[in-house]
Amino acid sequence: MKITKETVDEIIAHGRAEAPLEACGYLAAKDGIICRSIAMRNVDASPVHYAMDPAEQFAAVRNCRTEGFSIRAVYHSHPESDAYPSAEDIRLAYDPGLSYVIVSLAGNLPTVHSFTITGETVLQDHLEIIGAEK
Amino acid sequence: MQITVNGETEELQEPAVNLSRLLELRRVESPEMVAVQLNGEFVDMTNYPTTFLQAGDDVDFLYFMGGGSS
Repeated sequence: MKITKETVDEIIAHGRAEAPLEACGYLAAKDGIICRSIAMRNVDASPVHYAMDPAEQFAAVRNCRTEGFSIRAVYHSHPESDAYPSAEDIRLAYDPGLSYVIVSLAGNLPTVHSFTITGETVLQDHLEIIGAEK
Repeated sequence: MQITVNGETEELQEPAVNLSRLLELRRVESPEMVAVQLNGEFVDMTNYPTTFLQAGDDVDFLYFMGGGSS
C-alpha cells in the first residue's frame, strides 16, 4: 500500500493532537496512492476506544467520491500501546475492503503500521511511504 | 431495474429486492454492523426487510467503525 509522507505526518499529528484520547479517520487514495487523510470525530472520546459517527462517515465517503478519491483505509491511534491491532480492533474490523492503519505514540518516536484483518487473521501490509527520505 | 449503490450504477436482476436482500447480494456478512442510507436518509435495520427498492433509488451503506487499544 502506497501512502505519501505528508499523509503519514498528518495522521501522526492528528494522533498527537487528540492524545491522550484515541484519534481516528479515513485514508483516501487517488491513482493508487493514499494522499488524503480525513480526520473523524471519536464519538467515544476515550483513551482506549474509538468509534466514528455514521453520519460523518457517509459525508466523508460522499465527499471523497465527488472529488475522485476512494476510501482505502481507516486509521486510529494507540496513545499508549504498540501499532498492532488489539483484540477489540480485530473483533470490530468488519469491513473486508479496507486496510486498518494504526499510529502508535507509545514510544519515543511514533510508529505507523497497516494491517489486513479477516476474521481473526491479521496480516501486516507493506506500507510504502512516498516522499520519505531514504 | 437500475439503482445506485455506493455511487455506482447497478442493474438488479431480481424483480423485488429489499435492503436485506441487497446486502446479501453485496456479500455483507454482518448486516447488523452496517449503516444504510436510502436516498440520503438513514434506514433502521428493523426496516430492511420491508424496504423494497425502486428504480432510481440511491443506496449507500458502510460499516460502523470502531476499535480500541484495550
